Amino acid sequence: MVTRSSSPTPTIASRSPRERRAVKPLNAVVAACPPSGIRRFFDIAGQMADVISLGVGEPDFVTPWRIREAGIYALEHGHTTYTSNAGLPQLRDLICADLRRRCGVGYEPDGQCLITAGVSEGLDLALRVLLNPGDEVIVPEPCYVAYQPCVSFAGGTPVPVATSGDDGFRIHAETVAAAVTDRTKAILFGSPSNPTGAVQTREDLKALVRVAEQHDLYLISDEIYDRLTYTGVHTCVSSLPGAKDRTVLLGGFSKAHAMTGWRVGYLCAPDPIADLAVRVHQYTMLCAPHVSQLAAVEALTSAGDDVANMVADYDRRRRLFVKGLREIGLECPEPGGAFYAFPSIRASGLDDETFAESLLHAERVAVVPGSVFGAPGKGHIRCSYATALPLLEEALERMARFLDSL
Amino acid sequence: MREILELLERDARLTPEQIAGMTGLPVQQITSRIADWENTGVIRRYKAVVDWDKVAEETGEDVVSAFIDVSVHPARGTGFDDVAARISRFSEVRAVYLVSGTDDVRCTVVGRNIRKVAEFVAQKLSTIDRVQGTVTHFVLKTYKRDGDSFLEPDADHRLPVAP
Repeated sequence: MVTRSSSPTPTIASRSPRERRAVKPLNAVVAACPPSGIRRFFDIAGQMADVISLGVGEPDFVTPWRIREAGIYALEHGHTTYTSNAGLPQLRDLICADLRRRCGVGYEPDGQCLITAGVSEGLDLALRVLLNPGDEVIVPEPCYVAYQPCVSFAGGTPVPVATSGDDGFRIHAETVAAAVTDRTKAILFGSPSNPTGAVQTREDLKALVRVAEQHDLYLISDEIYDRLTYTGVHTCVSSLPGAKDRTVLLGGFSKAHAMTGWRVGYLCAPDPIADLAVRVHQYTMLCAPHVSQLAAVEALTSAGDDVANMVADYDRRRRLFVKGLREIGLECPEPGGAFYAFPSIRASGLDDETFAESLLHAERVAVVPGSVFGAPGKGHIRCSYATALPLLEEALERMARFLDSL
Repeated sequence: MREILELLERDARLTPEQIAGMTGLPVQQITSRIADWENTGVIRRYKAVVDWDKVAEETGEDVVSAFIDVSVHPARGTGFDDVAARISRFSEVRAVYLVSGTDDVRCTVVGRNIRKVAEFVAQKLSTIDRVQGTVTHFVLKTYKRDGDSFLEPDADHRLPVAP
Protein backbone atom coordinates (compact mmCIF):
# COMPACT_ATOMS: atom_id res chain seq x y z
CA MET A 1 0.00 0.00 0.00
CA VAL A 2 1.49 3.31 -1.07
CA THR A 3 0.61 6.29 1.07
CA ARG A 4 0.84 9.75 -0.39
CA SER A 5 2.60 12.46 1.56
CA SER A 6 3.51 16.04 0.78
CA SER A 7 6.93 14.93 -0.42
CA PRO A 8 6.89 13.57 -3.96
CA THR A 9 6.00 9.90 -4.17
CA PRO A 10 9.10 8.00 -5.25
CA THR A 11 8.93 7.07 -8.88
CA ILE A 12 11.29 5.02 -10.92
CA ALA A 13 12.81 8.16 -12.39
CA SER A 14 13.43 9.83 -9.05
CA ARG A 15 15.06 6.87 -7.39
CA SER A 16 18.78 6.91 -6.88
CA PRO A 17 20.86 5.26 -9.60
CA ARG A 18 21.61 2.32 -7.36
CA GLU A 19 17.93 1.67 -6.76
CA ARG A 20 17.16 2.12 -10.42
CA ARG A 21 19.60 -0.62 -11.34
CA ALA A 22 17.66 -3.02 -9.18
CA VAL A 23 14.51 -2.57 -11.29
CA LYS A 24 13.96 -4.64 -14.40
CA PRO A 25 13.94 -2.64 -17.62
CA LEU A 26 10.61 -1.42 -18.92
CA ASN A 27 9.19 -2.29 -22.30
CA ALA A 28 11.94 -1.61 -24.81
CA VAL A 29 9.64 -0.60 -27.67
CA VAL A 30 7.78 1.99 -25.62
CA ALA A 31 10.94 3.25 -23.97
CA ALA A 32 12.55 3.72 -27.38
CA CYS A 33 9.62 5.78 -28.64
CA PRO A 34 10.42 9.50 -28.38
CA PRO A 35 7.78 11.66 -26.69
CA SER A 36 5.63 13.61 -29.15
CA GLY A 37 7.45 16.68 -30.46
CA ILE A 38 4.23 18.59 -30.00
CA ARG A 39 4.53 18.15 -26.26
CA ARG A 40 7.54 20.45 -25.93
CA PHE A 41 5.70 23.29 -27.65
CA PHE A 42 2.70 22.71 -25.51
CA ASP A 43 4.85 23.18 -22.42
CA ILE A 44 6.38 26.43 -23.65
CA ALA A 45 3.15 27.93 -25.02
CA GLY A 46 1.23 26.89 -21.91
CA GLN A 47 3.38 29.16 -19.77
CA MET A 48 3.02 32.30 -21.88
CA ALA A 49 0.24 34.86 -21.79
CA ASP A 50 -1.43 36.43 -24.84
CA VAL A 51 -0.47 33.54 -27.09
CA ILE A 52 -2.49 33.05 -30.26
CA SER A 53 -2.37 29.33 -30.70
CA LEU A 54 -2.49 27.89 -34.18
CA GLY A 55 -1.20 24.68 -32.65
CA VAL A 56 -4.48 23.17 -31.64
CA GLY A 57 -5.60 20.04 -33.42
CA GLU A 58 -9.23 20.36 -32.41
CA PRO A 59 -12.19 22.57 -33.26
CA ASP A 60 -12.61 25.93 -31.53
CA PHE A 61 -16.34 25.26 -31.53
CA VAL A 62 -17.79 23.52 -28.52
CA THR A 63 -19.95 20.51 -29.24
CA PRO A 64 -23.28 21.74 -30.69
CA TRP A 65 -25.75 22.26 -27.89
CA ARG A 66 -28.26 19.69 -29.12
CA ILE A 67 -25.56 17.01 -28.86
CA ARG A 68 -24.44 18.15 -25.40
CA GLU A 69 -28.07 18.24 -24.36
CA ALA A 70 -28.52 14.64 -25.52
CA GLY A 71 -25.51 13.71 -23.36
CA ILE A 72 -27.07 15.44 -20.35
CA TYR A 73 -30.35 13.66 -21.00
CA ALA A 74 -28.51 10.36 -21.17
CA LEU A 75 -26.91 11.05 -17.78
CA GLU A 76 -30.22 12.12 -16.27
CA HIS A 77 -31.82 8.90 -17.40
CA GLY A 78 -29.06 6.80 -15.97
CA HIS A 79 -27.43 5.59 -19.17
CA THR A 80 -24.25 5.07 -17.23
CA THR A 81 -23.74 1.36 -17.81
CA TYR A 82 -21.63 -0.65 -20.24
CA THR A 83 -23.06 -1.13 -23.68
CA SER A 84 -22.49 -4.24 -25.78
CA ASN A 85 -18.83 -4.54 -26.75
CA ALA A 86 -19.44 -3.52 -30.35
CA GLY A 87 -21.46 -0.50 -29.22
CA LEU A 88 -25.11 0.53 -29.25
CA PRO A 89 -26.93 -1.20 -32.15
CA GLN A 90 -28.77 2.05 -32.89
CA LEU A 91 -25.52 3.94 -33.32
CA ARG A 92 -24.01 1.20 -35.52
CA ASP A 93 -27.14 1.27 -37.69
CA LEU A 94 -26.87 5.03 -38.06
CA ILE A 95 -23.15 4.93 -38.88
CA CYS A 96 -23.60 2.25 -41.54
CA ALA A 97 -26.57 4.10 -43.04
CA ASP A 98 -24.55 7.33 -43.05
CA LEU A 99 -21.59 5.64 -44.78
CA ARG A 100 -23.92 4.17 -47.36
CA ARG A 101 -25.55 7.52 -48.06
CA ARG A 102 -22.45 9.71 -48.00
CA CYS A 103 -19.81 7.37 -49.36
CA GLY A 104 -21.75 4.66 -51.18
CA VAL A 105 -20.13 1.91 -49.14
CA GLY A 106 -22.12 -0.83 -47.41
CA TYR A 107 -21.07 -2.23 -44.03
CA GLU A 108 -23.18 -4.54 -41.87
CA PRO A 109 -24.00 -2.88 -38.53
CA ASP A 110 -23.81 -6.32 -37.00
CA GLY A 111 -20.37 -7.78 -37.52
CA GLN A 112 -18.58 -5.16 -39.59
CA CYS A 113 -18.88 -2.07 -37.43
CA LEU A 114 -17.41 -1.41 -34.01
CA ILE A 115 -17.80 1.72 -31.89
CA THR A 116 -14.40 2.77 -30.54
CA ALA A 117 -13.14 5.34 -28.08
CA GLY A 118 -12.19 7.65 -30.94
CA VAL A 119 -10.14 6.92 -34.03
CA SER A 120 -7.09 6.61 -31.79
CA GLU A 121 -8.41 3.39 -30.31
CA GLY A 122 -9.59 2.23 -33.73
CA LEU A 123 -6.09 2.70 -35.08
CA ASP A 124 -4.57 0.73 -32.22
CA LEU A 125 -7.10 -2.09 -32.70
CA ALA A 126 -6.54 -2.23 -36.45
CA LEU A 127 -2.78 -2.51 -36.04
CA ARG A 128 -2.96 -5.09 -33.27
CA VAL A 129 -5.34 -7.22 -35.30
CA LEU A 130 -3.41 -6.99 -38.57
CA LEU A 131 0.21 -7.20 -37.47
CA ASN A 132 2.49 -10.01 -36.48
CA PRO A 133 5.81 -9.12 -34.87
CA GLY A 134 8.14 -7.62 -37.45
CA ASP A 135 5.46 -6.88 -40.04
CA GLU A 136 6.05 -3.63 -41.87
CA VAL A 137 3.51 -0.87 -42.32
CA ILE A 138 4.11 1.75 -44.99
CA VAL A 139 3.31 5.20 -43.67
CA PRO A 140 3.42 8.17 -46.06
CA GLU A 141 4.87 11.23 -44.31
CA PRO A 142 4.22 13.92 -43.10
CA CYS A 143 1.59 12.11 -41.06
CA TYR A 144 -0.31 12.20 -37.81
CA VAL A 145 2.06 11.86 -34.86
CA ALA A 146 0.51 8.65 -33.53
CA TYR A 147 0.75 6.49 -36.66
CA GLN A 148 4.30 5.25 -36.31
CA PRO A 149 4.38 4.82 -32.52
CA CYS A 150 1.12 2.82 -32.73
CA VAL A 151 2.66 0.56 -35.39
CA SER A 152 5.65 -0.02 -33.11
CA PHE A 153 3.49 -0.65 -30.03
CA ALA A 154 1.61 -3.29 -32.02
CA GLY A 155 4.90 -5.07 -32.73
CA GLY A 156 5.27 -3.80 -36.29
CA THR A 157 7.86 -1.73 -38.04
CA PRO A 158 6.78 1.58 -39.56
CA VAL A 159 8.29 2.24 -42.99
CA PRO A 160 7.95 5.93 -43.79
CA VAL A 161 7.76 7.06 -47.40
CA ALA A 162 8.05 10.72 -48.31
CA THR A 163 5.48 12.98 -49.90
CA SER A 164 6.31 16.53 -50.91
CA GLY A 165 4.71 19.94 -50.67
CA ASP A 166 5.84 20.58 -54.26
CA ASP A 167 2.91 18.52 -55.55
CA GLY A 168 0.54 19.10 -52.64
CA PHE A 169 1.66 16.05 -50.65
CA ARG A 170 0.28 13.55 -53.16
CA ILE A 171 0.79 9.94 -52.19
CA HIS A 172 2.35 8.34 -55.27
CA ALA A 173 1.52 4.68 -55.75
CA GLU A 174 4.95 4.05 -57.32
CA THR A 175 6.74 5.42 -54.25
CA VAL A 176 4.64 3.22 -52.00
CA ALA A 177 5.15 0.19 -54.24
CA ALA A 178 8.92 0.76 -54.17
CA ALA A 179 8.86 0.49 -50.37
CA VAL A 180 7.06 -2.87 -50.36
CA THR A 181 9.06 -5.82 -49.05
CA ASP A 182 8.17 -9.42 -48.12
CA ARG A 183 7.33 -8.18 -44.65
CA THR A 184 4.96 -5.41 -45.71
CA LYS A 185 1.49 -5.95 -44.31
CA ALA A 186 -0.38 -2.69 -44.63
CA ILE A 187 -0.43 0.92 -45.78
CA LEU A 188 -1.58 3.47 -43.21
CA PHE A 189 -2.66 6.97 -44.23
CA GLY A 190 -5.27 9.65 -43.76
CA SER A 191 -7.03 11.81 -46.33
CA PRO A 192 -7.80 14.63 -45.59
CA SER A 193 -4.51 14.74 -43.75
CA ASN A 194 -3.40 15.99 -40.39
CA PRO A 195 -0.94 17.83 -40.63
CA THR A 196 -0.94 18.91 -44.28
CA GLY A 197 -4.66 19.31 -45.00
CA ALA A 198 -3.96 17.45 -48.27
CA VAL A 199 -6.81 15.57 -49.90
CA GLN A 200 -5.75 12.67 -52.13
CA THR A 201 -7.46 12.51 -55.50
CA ARG A 202 -9.73 9.62 -56.33
CA GLU A 203 -7.26 8.52 -59.01
CA ASP A 204 -4.32 8.51 -56.62
CA LEU A 205 -6.31 6.52 -54.08
CA LYS A 206 -7.35 4.03 -56.76
CA ALA A 207 -3.70 3.57 -57.69
CA LEU A 208 -2.90 2.97 -54.04
CA VAL A 209 -5.62 0.32 -53.85
CA ARG A 210 -4.07 -1.36 -56.92
CA VAL A 211 -0.69 -1.49 -55.15
CA ALA A 212 -2.42 -3.09 -52.17
CA GLU A 213 -4.07 -5.65 -54.46
CA GLN A 214 -0.85 -6.46 -56.30
CA HIS A 215 1.09 -7.06 -53.10
CA ASP A 216 -1.78 -8.38 -51.02
CA LEU A 217 -1.66 -5.59 -48.44
CA TYR A 218 -4.23 -4.16 -46.07
CA LEU A 219 -5.19 -0.50 -46.13
CA ILE A 220 -5.82 1.39 -42.93
CA SER A 221 -7.69 4.52 -43.90
CA ASP A 222 -8.02 7.22 -41.25
CA GLU A 223 -11.01 9.26 -42.41
CA ILE A 224 -11.63 11.29 -39.27
CA TYR A 225 -11.65 14.47 -41.39
CA ASP A 226 -14.00 13.06 -44.07
CA ARG A 227 -16.69 15.70 -43.61
CA LEU A 228 -14.12 18.49 -43.62
CA THR A 229 -13.43 18.35 -47.36
CA TYR A 230 -13.75 21.70 -49.08
CA THR A 231 -12.74 21.05 -52.66
CA GLY A 232 -14.96 18.43 -54.23
CA VAL A 233 -16.43 15.47 -52.43
CA HIS A 234 -14.70 13.10 -50.05
CA THR A 235 -13.57 9.76 -51.47
CA CYS A 236 -14.02 6.95 -48.98
CA VAL A 237 -11.25 4.43 -49.64
CA SER A 238 -13.57 1.46 -48.94
CA SER A 239 -15.83 2.60 -51.76
CA LEU A 240 -13.11 2.14 -54.40
CA PRO A 241 -13.12 -1.00 -56.54
CA GLY A 242 -11.31 -3.87 -54.86
CA ALA A 243 -10.69 -1.93 -51.64
CA LYS A 244 -13.38 -2.95 -49.19
CA ASP A 245 -12.14 -6.48 -48.50
CA ARG A 246 -8.71 -5.26 -47.50
CA THR A 247 -9.53 -1.92 -45.86
CA VAL A 248 -9.99 -0.94 -42.26
CA LEU A 249 -12.00 2.28 -42.29
CA LEU A 250 -11.63 4.55 -39.27
CA GLY A 251 -13.94 7.46 -38.61
CA GLY A 252 -15.42 9.43 -35.78
CA PHE A 253 -17.13 12.46 -34.40
CA SER A 254 -14.27 14.45 -32.91
CA LYS A 255 -13.61 16.87 -35.74
CA ALA A 256 -16.72 17.63 -37.80
CA HIS A 257 -19.03 17.36 -34.78
CA ALA A 258 -16.56 19.09 -32.44
CA MET A 259 -16.66 16.16 -30.03
CA THR A 260 -12.95 15.54 -29.28
CA GLY A 261 -13.36 15.04 -25.54
CA TRP A 262 -16.23 12.56 -25.88
CA ARG A 263 -13.91 9.91 -27.29
CA VAL A 264 -16.23 8.22 -29.73
CA GLY A 265 -15.49 6.89 -33.19
CA TYR A 266 -15.87 3.75 -35.25
CA LEU A 267 -14.00 1.03 -37.06
CA CYS A 268 -15.54 -0.63 -40.11
CA ALA A 269 -13.93 -3.63 -41.71
CA PRO A 270 -14.67 -7.01 -43.29
CA ASP A 271 -16.02 -9.56 -40.78
CA PRO A 272 -12.79 -11.40 -39.90
CA ILE A 273 -10.95 -8.16 -39.09
CA ALA A 274 -13.90 -6.60 -37.26
CA ASP A 275 -14.35 -9.85 -35.30
CA LEU A 276 -10.81 -9.76 -34.00
CA ALA A 277 -11.01 -6.02 -33.36
CA VAL A 278 -14.04 -6.62 -31.14
CA ARG A 279 -12.06 -9.32 -29.35
CA VAL A 280 -9.22 -6.94 -28.44
CA HIS A 281 -11.67 -4.14 -27.68
CA GLN A 282 -13.77 -6.30 -25.35
CA TYR A 283 -10.75 -7.09 -23.21
CA THR A 284 -9.07 -3.69 -23.27
CA MET A 285 -11.86 -1.10 -23.54
CA LEU A 286 -15.07 -3.11 -22.99
CA CYS A 287 -17.06 -0.45 -24.77
CA ALA A 288 -16.90 3.17 -25.81
CA PRO A 289 -18.39 5.55 -23.21
CA HIS A 290 -22.15 5.00 -23.10
CA VAL A 291 -23.08 8.67 -22.76
CA SER A 292 -20.82 9.54 -25.68
CA GLN A 293 -22.45 6.88 -27.82
CA LEU A 294 -25.87 8.37 -27.14
CA ALA A 295 -24.54 11.83 -27.93
CA ALA A 296 -23.20 10.42 -31.21
CA VAL A 297 -26.68 9.10 -32.00
CA GLU A 298 -27.96 12.67 -31.68
CA ALA A 299 -25.03 13.89 -33.78
CA LEU A 300 -26.03 11.62 -36.65
CA THR A 301 -29.77 12.09 -36.38
CA SER A 302 -30.12 15.83 -36.04
CA ALA A 303 -26.91 17.83 -36.05
CA GLY A 304 -26.56 18.07 -39.82
CA ASP A 305 -27.14 21.83 -39.94
CA ASP A 306 -24.73 22.48 -37.09
CA VAL A 307 -22.04 20.51 -38.88
CA ALA A 308 -22.75 22.24 -42.20
CA ASN A 309 -22.39 25.65 -40.52
CA MET A 310 -19.10 24.72 -38.88
CA VAL A 311 -17.75 23.28 -42.13
CA ALA A 312 -18.74 26.47 -43.98
CA ASP A 313 -16.94 28.52 -41.34
CA TYR A 314 -13.77 26.42 -41.60
CA ASP A 315 -13.83 26.83 -45.36
CA ARG A 316 -14.06 30.63 -45.09
CA ARG A 317 -11.21 30.75 -42.61
CA ARG A 318 -9.22 28.39 -44.81
CA ARG A 319 -9.52 30.67 -47.84
CA LEU A 320 -8.72 33.78 -45.86
CA PHE A 321 -5.84 32.22 -43.96
CA VAL A 322 -4.16 30.51 -46.91
CA LYS A 323 -4.44 33.73 -48.93
CA GLY A 324 -2.97 35.61 -45.97
CA LEU A 325 -0.05 33.19 -45.65
CA ARG A 326 0.76 33.59 -49.33
CA GLU A 327 0.51 37.38 -49.07
CA ILE A 328 3.08 37.49 -46.27
CA GLY A 329 5.43 35.47 -48.44
CA LEU A 330 4.94 31.89 -47.25
CA GLU A 331 4.41 29.32 -49.96
CA CYS A 332 1.43 27.19 -49.03
CA PRO A 333 0.16 24.07 -50.80
CA GLU A 334 -3.63 24.23 -51.18
CA PRO A 335 -5.14 22.41 -48.19
CA GLY A 336 -8.35 20.81 -49.47
CA GLY A 337 -9.51 19.39 -46.16
CA ALA A 338 -9.17 19.10 -42.36
CA PHE A 339 -8.38 22.43 -40.66
CA TYR A 340 -4.66 22.77 -41.20
CA ALA A 341 -2.43 24.76 -43.50
CA PHE A 342 1.11 23.46 -43.90
CA PRO A 343 3.08 26.33 -45.41
CA SER A 344 6.75 26.16 -46.30
CA ILE A 345 8.93 28.48 -44.24
CA ARG A 346 12.11 27.90 -46.26
CA ALA A 347 11.94 31.50 -47.50
CA SER A 348 12.69 32.61 -43.93
CA GLY A 349 16.06 30.87 -43.99
CA LEU A 350 15.26 29.19 -40.67
CA ASP A 351 14.61 25.54 -39.98
CA ASP A 352 11.10 24.77 -38.81
CA GLU A 353 12.01 24.13 -35.17
CA THR A 354 13.83 27.44 -34.87
CA PHE A 355 11.09 29.23 -36.79
CA ALA A 356 8.35 27.94 -34.50
CA GLU A 357 10.30 28.64 -31.36
CA SER A 358 11.39 32.16 -32.40
CA LEU A 359 7.88 33.00 -33.61
CA LEU A 360 6.48 31.93 -30.27
CA HIS A 361 8.97 34.00 -28.29
CA ALA A 362 9.01 37.05 -30.55
CA GLU A 363 5.34 37.34 -31.48
CA ARG A 364 3.52 34.86 -29.27
CA VAL A 365 2.04 32.82 -32.06
CA ALA A 366 2.15 29.07 -31.49
CA VAL A 367 2.54 26.83 -34.53
CA VAL A 368 3.86 23.29 -34.74
CA PRO A 369 7.14 22.61 -36.55
CA GLY A 370 6.54 20.35 -39.54
CA SER A 371 9.37 17.94 -38.74
CA VAL A 372 7.30 16.69 -35.81
CA PHE A 373 5.21 14.90 -38.45
CA GLY A 374 8.15 13.21 -40.17
CA ALA A 375 11.23 14.17 -42.13
CA PRO A 376 9.40 15.50 -45.22
CA GLY A 377 7.67 17.97 -42.90
CA LYS A 378 11.01 19.75 -42.42
CA GLY A 379 10.85 23.33 -43.60
CA HIS A 380 7.11 23.52 -42.98
CA ILE A 381 4.92 24.54 -40.07
CA ARG A 382 1.46 23.29 -39.21
CA CYS A 383 -1.07 26.04 -38.59
CA SER A 384 -4.53 25.12 -37.44
CA TYR A 385 -7.21 27.53 -38.63
CA ALA A 386 -9.72 26.17 -36.11
CA THR A 387 -9.41 29.60 -34.51
CA ALA A 388 -11.74 32.60 -34.50
CA LEU A 389 -11.35 34.83 -37.55
CA PRO A 390 -10.10 37.99 -35.76
CA LEU A 391 -7.41 35.88 -34.05
CA LEU A 392 -6.38 34.38 -37.39
CA GLU A 393 -6.01 37.87 -38.84
CA GLU A 394 -4.04 39.02 -35.82
CA ALA A 395 -1.83 35.93 -36.09
CA LEU A 396 -1.12 36.72 -39.75
CA GLU A 397 -0.12 40.27 -38.81
CA ARG A 398 2.20 38.99 -36.13
CA MET A 399 3.73 36.43 -38.49
CA ALA A 400 4.26 39.14 -41.12
CA ARG A 401 6.04 41.27 -38.50
CA PHE A 402 8.16 38.29 -37.51
CA LEU A 403 9.16 37.58 -41.12
CA ASP A 404 10.05 41.25 -41.65
CA SER A 405 12.29 41.18 -38.60
CA LEU A 406 14.42 38.35 -39.94
CA MET B 1 -24.86 35.41 -52.67
CA ARG B 2 -26.91 34.43 -49.68
CA GLU B 3 -23.62 33.63 -47.96
CA ILE B 4 -22.50 37.27 -48.18
CA LEU B 5 -25.70 38.40 -46.46
CA GLU B 6 -25.35 35.76 -43.77
CA LEU B 7 -21.77 36.84 -43.11
CA LEU B 8 -22.76 40.50 -42.86
CA GLU B 9 -25.67 39.66 -40.61
CA ARG B 10 -23.17 38.06 -38.24
CA ASP B 11 -20.56 40.80 -38.50
CA ALA B 12 -21.50 43.97 -40.35
CA ARG B 13 -17.98 45.32 -40.09
CA LEU B 14 -16.50 42.72 -42.43
CA THR B 15 -14.86 44.49 -45.35
CA PRO B 16 -15.46 43.41 -48.95
CA GLU B 17 -11.80 42.31 -48.98
CA GLN B 18 -12.37 40.02 -45.99
CA ILE B 19 -15.51 38.59 -47.51
CA ALA B 20 -13.67 38.03 -50.78
CA GLY B 21 -10.96 36.19 -48.86
CA MET B 22 -13.52 33.97 -47.18
CA THR B 23 -15.71 33.18 -50.16
CA GLY B 24 -13.21 33.26 -53.01
CA LEU B 25 -15.39 35.76 -54.93
CA PRO B 26 -13.81 38.85 -56.53
CA VAL B 27 -13.83 41.99 -54.33
CA GLN B 28 -15.43 44.04 -57.11
CA GLN B 29 -18.40 41.67 -57.31
CA ILE B 30 -18.94 41.79 -53.55
CA THR B 31 -18.72 45.58 -53.43
CA SER B 32 -21.29 45.99 -56.19
CA ARG B 33 -23.67 43.39 -54.75
CA ILE B 34 -23.59 45.09 -51.37
CA ALA B 35 -24.22 48.46 -53.02
CA ASP B 36 -27.21 46.93 -54.86
CA TRP B 37 -28.62 45.54 -51.65
CA GLU B 38 -28.18 48.84 -49.89
CA ASN B 39 -30.00 50.61 -52.73
CA THR B 40 -32.86 48.15 -52.96
CA GLY B 41 -33.32 47.93 -49.20
CA VAL B 42 -32.34 44.27 -48.83
CA ILE B 43 -29.71 45.59 -46.46
CA ARG B 44 -31.58 48.18 -44.46
CA ARG B 45 -28.97 49.32 -41.99
CA TYR B 46 -25.80 48.35 -40.10
CA LYS B 47 -25.83 48.56 -36.34
CA ALA B 48 -24.22 47.32 -33.15
CA VAL B 49 -25.71 44.75 -30.75
CA VAL B 50 -25.68 46.59 -27.41
CA ASP B 51 -26.17 44.90 -24.06
CA TRP B 52 -28.01 47.73 -22.25
CA ASP B 53 -28.09 45.82 -18.99
CA LYS B 54 -24.31 46.02 -18.98
CA VAL B 55 -24.45 49.73 -19.72
CA ALA B 56 -26.87 50.12 -16.83
CA GLU B 57 -24.43 48.34 -14.49
CA GLU B 58 -21.80 50.93 -15.36
CA THR B 59 -23.84 54.09 -15.56
CA GLY B 60 -26.86 53.34 -13.41
CA GLU B 61 -29.08 54.43 -16.29
CA ASP B 62 -31.64 51.71 -16.62
CA VAL B 63 -33.45 50.76 -19.76
CA VAL B 64 -36.67 48.82 -19.41
CA SER B 65 -38.27 46.91 -22.19
CA ALA B 66 -41.57 45.13 -22.45
CA PHE B 67 -43.47 42.94 -24.87
CA ILE B 68 -46.97 44.26 -25.37
CA ASP B 69 -49.69 42.12 -26.86
CA VAL B 70 -52.34 44.29 -28.45
CA SER B 71 -55.76 43.08 -29.43
CA VAL B 72 -57.03 45.04 -32.42
CA HIS B 73 -60.37 45.17 -34.12
CA PRO B 74 -59.59 44.75 -37.83
CA ALA B 75 -61.12 47.14 -40.37
CA ARG B 76 -62.51 46.38 -43.79
CA GLY B 77 -59.89 47.15 -46.44
CA THR B 78 -56.86 47.61 -44.19
CA GLY B 79 -57.18 44.72 -41.70
CA PHE B 80 -54.62 45.41 -38.98
CA ASP B 81 -52.14 47.30 -41.13
CA ASP B 82 -53.18 50.86 -40.36
CA VAL B 83 -53.18 50.31 -36.60
CA ALA B 84 -49.89 48.41 -36.71
CA ALA B 85 -48.30 51.18 -38.78
CA ARG B 86 -49.59 53.75 -36.32
CA ILE B 87 -48.04 51.84 -33.42
CA SER B 88 -44.77 51.50 -35.33
CA ARG B 89 -44.32 55.26 -35.67
CA PHE B 90 -43.68 55.81 -31.94
CA SER B 91 -39.95 55.93 -31.22
CA GLU B 92 -40.48 53.96 -28.00
CA VAL B 93 -41.69 51.04 -30.07
CA ARG B 94 -38.77 48.87 -31.20
CA ALA B 95 -40.59 46.03 -32.95
CA VAL B 96 -44.09 45.35 -34.23
CA TYR B 97 -45.42 42.06 -35.56
CA LEU B 98 -48.81 40.73 -36.58
CA VAL B 99 -49.05 37.37 -34.83
CA SER B 100 -51.31 34.38 -34.50
CA GLY B 101 -52.67 33.40 -31.10
CA THR B 102 -54.77 35.15 -28.51
CA ASP B 103 -53.91 38.72 -29.50
CA ASP B 104 -53.20 40.27 -32.86
CA VAL B 105 -50.22 42.57 -32.67
CA ARG B 106 -47.12 42.03 -30.57
CA CYS B 107 -44.69 44.86 -30.05
CA THR B 108 -41.57 45.65 -28.08
CA VAL B 109 -41.46 48.93 -26.20
CA VAL B 110 -38.51 50.49 -24.39
CA GLY B 111 -38.42 53.22 -21.78
CA ARG B 112 -36.23 54.61 -19.02
CA ASN B 113 -38.27 52.95 -16.29
CA ILE B 114 -41.41 50.89 -15.70
CA ARG B 115 -43.55 54.00 -15.15
CA LYS B 116 -42.55 55.49 -18.52
CA VAL B 117 -43.45 52.29 -20.32
CA ALA B 118 -46.73 51.93 -18.44
CA GLU B 119 -47.60 55.52 -19.22
CA PHE B 120 -46.88 54.99 -22.88
CA VAL B 121 -49.13 51.95 -23.00
CA ALA B 122 -51.94 53.64 -21.14
CA GLN B 123 -51.84 56.96 -22.96
CA LYS B 124 -50.62 56.15 -26.45
CA LEU B 125 -51.21 52.50 -27.28
CA SER B 126 -54.52 51.80 -25.58
CA THR B 127 -56.07 54.96 -26.89
CA ILE B 128 -55.55 54.17 -30.56
CA ASP B 129 -58.84 53.60 -32.34
CA ARG B 130 -59.83 49.91 -32.61
CA VAL B 131 -57.29 48.83 -29.97
CA GLN B 132 -59.41 46.74 -27.67
CA GLY B 133 -56.92 45.76 -25.03
CA THR B 134 -53.25 45.28 -24.14
CA VAL B 135 -51.23 42.82 -22.09
CA THR B 136 -47.79 43.99 -20.93
CA HIS B 137 -44.88 41.64 -20.18
CA PHE B 138 -41.86 43.43 -18.75
CA VAL B 139 -38.53 41.88 -19.65
CA LEU B 140 -36.66 40.86 -16.50
CA LYS B 141 -33.51 39.48 -18.08
CA THR B 142 -32.23 38.96 -21.63
CA TYR B 143 -30.56 35.65 -22.40
CA LYS B 144 -30.50 35.77 -26.18
CA ARG B 145 -31.66 38.36 -28.69
CA ASP B 146 -31.78 38.05 -32.47
CA GLY B 147 -29.36 35.15 -32.45
CA ASP B 148 -26.87 36.80 -30.09
CA SER B 149 -26.32 35.17 -26.72
CA PHE B 150 -26.20 37.55 -23.76
CA LEU B 151 -24.74 34.92 -21.48
CA GLU B 152 -21.06 35.17 -20.62
CA PRO B 153 -19.13 33.13 -23.17
CA ASP B 154 -17.32 30.06 -21.86
CA ALA B 155 -13.54 30.18 -21.81
CA ASP B 156 -11.58 28.25 -24.45
CA HIS B 157 -10.71 25.07 -22.58
CA ARG B 158 -8.47 23.64 -25.26
CA LEU B 159 -4.81 22.88 -24.61
CA PRO B 160 -2.67 25.44 -26.48
CA VAL B 161 -0.95 22.76 -28.56
CA ALA B 162 -2.56 19.43 -29.38
CA PRO B 163 -1.94 16.70 -31.91
